[in-house]
Amino acid sequence: MCEDCGCSAESVRIHQNHDPQLNQAGTRIEAPSVHHLDLHAKILEHNDRIANQNRVLFQNQGWLAVNMLSSPGSGKTALIERLAQDQRNDWQIGAIVGDLATDNDAHRLGHAGVSAVQITTGTACHLEASMVSHALSKLPPKPWDLLVIENVGNLVCPAAFDLGEQIRVVILSVTEGEDKPQKYPAMFKSAQVVLINKTDIAEAVGWQRDLAIANLQQIAPQATLFEVSARTGAGMDAWYAYLDQCRQDLNGPSPRPQNSQVLQIGRLSSN
Amino acid sequence: MHEVSLMQTTLDIVLDHAAQQGAQHIHWIKLRVGELSGVIPEALTLAFEIVTAGTMAANARLEVETVPVMCHCSACDLDFQPTSWVYVCPTCHQFTTDLRQGRELELTEMEVS
Repeated sequence: MCEDCGCSAESVRIHQNHDPQLNQAGTRIEAPSVHHLDLHAKILEHNDRIANQNRVLFQNQGWLAVNMLSSPGSGKTALIERLAQDQRNDWQIGAIVGDLATDNDAHRLGHAGVSAVQITTGTACHLEASMVSHALSKLPPKPWDLLVIENVGNLVCPAAFDLGEQIRVVILSVTEGEDKPQKYPAMFKSAQVVLINKTDIAEAVGWQRDLAIANLQQIAPQATLFEVSARTGAGMDAWYAYLDQCRQDLNGPSPRPQNSQVLQIGRLSSN
Repeated sequence: MHEVSLMQTTLDIVLDHAAQQGAQHIHWIKLRVGELSGVIPEALTLAFEIVTAGTMAANARLEVETVPVMCHCSACDLDFQPTSWVYVCPTCHQFTTDLRQGRELELTEMEVS
């Protein structure tokens, strides 16, 4: 039976050439005509449009916008706290923080001297460009040197959503396992920077550094790598130098400073 | 589970086009989903059932075409389909980051009446 009009045509799921049907009153009615639409519409077009508006705003204002992504507990907030502590005399830092619930992270960052706006996403597992746009209107108007967007802790969903950031940073902490890049390739392939965090406890947790770097070389050869500890500050200077270079060159390509590791075969430095 | 959010966005686009046609029924929709889009087709199917409930798309059929990743090796001037998440040129064995397809998330076609 045709599922569309209920006529008795057999072996047809949707009968496209209906004869005029009779309704219960015996009046002849015309079956609705079938339209086939070629659309080729980008599903994320709306998000991408707002992301582009955000990007234009960041560029025009001279704000360096950094989207930080990782699993929950990799140290995103701690890295921003450390950044604020180390740069408090030099940079104006604003933050937009996404979590499913609570404004704990915004409070933590506030204590560290960062102007932070919390986005509580409810059930949403990622930030979208419109959420960032809305949060921007709540940030006090300041000449931000750095605008850090701390995404919802999740290595899957946020990968698909452009927020308008200039730099996408994916964080991998040493407690998570060396094969995270293989498990979440879409995320790591979208990164311009990978931070390996919690290096201060690498030995204690049996972190296999060479294996992790080899995995990153395979999955994310485009990324620039920094090995850091938000707790001790180790390795952070190279990361700050990279950010500083990006700030100075907002309209140019991302720099690759000498003291970072570029994850390309044959170009990997060791230390 | 961002597939629910994506499917809600898709449904909004679908309903807009259906309304423009003055349609009463949505028969089917087709999506193209890249392997590297971060979207799981099975999750899309579930999300489709959730978001279309109670709408004119409630009985519509969802077809998902998976778009394989296609890379380009500039040294060899070669497009190739990688066999894993490690994108290595089959000729010169160098890594490439030049992606020619695989991130698609598109609503391609639909049928209404």
